[in-house]
Amino acid sequence: MTSAWEWHTPAERRNRWLGTLGVAAGLGWAWSHISARTTWGFVLDAGVQLQDMGLRMFPPDASYLAALFQPLVDTLHIATLGTVLGVSIAIPVAFLAADTTTPSRRVLRPLALLVLVTSRSVNSLIWALILVVLVGPGLLAGVLAIALRSVGFVGKLVYEAIEEAPPLPVMAIETTGAGRAHALAFGLLPHVLPTMAGVSVYRWEINIREATILGIVGAGGLGMALQASIDALAWSRVSVILGVILATVVVAETVSARVRKGLA
Amino acid sequence: MRTEAAGAWRPPPRIASATTRRLLVLGGGAYTVIALVTIDVDAARMAEGAARAVDFFGGWLRPDFVTRWSDIRAGLVESLAMTLAATAAGFVLSVPFGLGAARNLVPPPVYAVCRGALAVFRAFHEVLVAILFVAMFGFGAFAGFMTLVVATVGFLGKLLAEAVEEIDAAPLEALTAAGAPWLSRIAFGVLPQVMPRILGLTLYRLDINFRESAIIGLVGAGGIGATLITAFARYEFESVSAILILIISMLFLAEVVSGRLRRRLL
Repeated sequence: MTSAWEWHTPAERRNRWLGTLGVAAGLGWAWSHISARTTWGFVLDAGVQLQDMGLRMFPPDASYLAALFQPLVDTLHIATLGTVLGVSIAIPVAFLAADTTTPSRRVLRPLALLVLVTSRSVNSLIWALILVVLVGPGLLAGVLAIALRSVGFVGKLVYEAIEEAPPLPVMAIETTGAGRAHALAFGLLPHVLPTMAGVSVYRWEINIREATILGIVGAGGLGMALQASIDALAWSRVSVILGVILATVVVAETVSARVRKGLA
Repeated sequence: MRTEAAGAWRPPPRIASATTRRLLVLGGGAYTVIALVTIDVDAARMAEGAARAVDFFGGWLRPDFVTRWSDIRAGLVESLAMTLAATAAGFVLSVPFGLGAARNLVPPPVYAVCRGALAVFRAFHEVLVAILFVAMFGFGAFAGFMTLVVATVGFLGKLLAEAVEEIDAAPLEALTAAGAPWLSRIAFGVLPQVMPRILGLTLYRLDINFRESAIIGLVGAGGIGATLITAFARYEFESVSAILILIISMLFLAEVVSGRLRRRLL
């Protein structure tokens, strides 16, 4: 009565088949939906379009580089100030959201979690779109958009770090008769400070990338120059801007990697 | 370090050199001031905005799902289709790129080419890629699909390469010693070690792609973003609010579902 060893039971096999079938059906539907909405003539001549665009982009208009200095500085300001503002909002919210440090589990904790989820669900470009309507186009809208998006990201990672921190140091300090604030400052903060710093620097790197495009909806920086050049069909400038964006992102990534290595 | 003479104990500073500390604080402060000055806050415009803020948040409180429902539904369905198709295509394409960018599997020239390609895929923000693809492929879902594919390959490919570089080398060596050809070594020595992690990351990317599909529509690449920007352009804040609420609740749902699925896969 020896039967060959089988990896899956019949029920498992059936479920795997059904799962595969379901995924395949879903993908088939998705593709046919896209395909039905596509003008294939436009897709098929993409090569021609690319060549055409390439020819217009080259040679890049090097004289435009000087005009990009101010937008570049603006972009860096948007990313940096936005990160600073975002982090300074995120850290108190994280303390309210963490199970171990929240002053009220019933009211403040769910509220803080809601703030973090909302902030994370709305992309900074949409925040910028909203803020341009509210505070007008320019740097301020960009800074606020970056800050609002960063709160959720930094806040989530920091509150998870707070919850994972060992409880003993805080308890030990509290048994000496220290108040709650002292106990947290000396028992918890040293433990989560490296996470806070690392997460902030990482978010700054992401924010640099995002700040380069916020201008598309009017929130200042390189994106604004990009949108203007595209609208004017000045493709030889577009290539210069794309080059500057690429260089900025690479430099920011390198700086961020160095700093985080130093922090770890 | 003996500090009892100073009275209250203080933890030692993280940066030992006092000069470096002061320079950092000074530099940070100076930068913040300079940067803040360059932001010119237009008080008149903000006052004007305050009236709109009332309008806007008023609209936020009265979300209108009905008036533009057919547009909103079409946008959401298109976003969903783009997300599903792009995640699947991106996953399939990321496997060759990811294996090619793993130092321990391929010769250096292949490694350099694949690493380079993945870096290029990730360097530009999705919106910039979408602008390029809209120019190439025309407006609509196909440009959005292509954008998400590129972003997904860049993301999954890099993480796959990193996962492959960290695998336990013993099964691979055993297969090599037994004379297994390259493809068999990959299929039996590498993939079983990295697939659970990559499938989990693919689910995570599904989530991200849906988020991004709301953004790339702003530059003409289809999906719910196109509906959103139209509502904005018409100042129909009630519809904007309805769309944002739907996006947030779908993302919330997606997070719950993908969290469950991930736990079952791992």
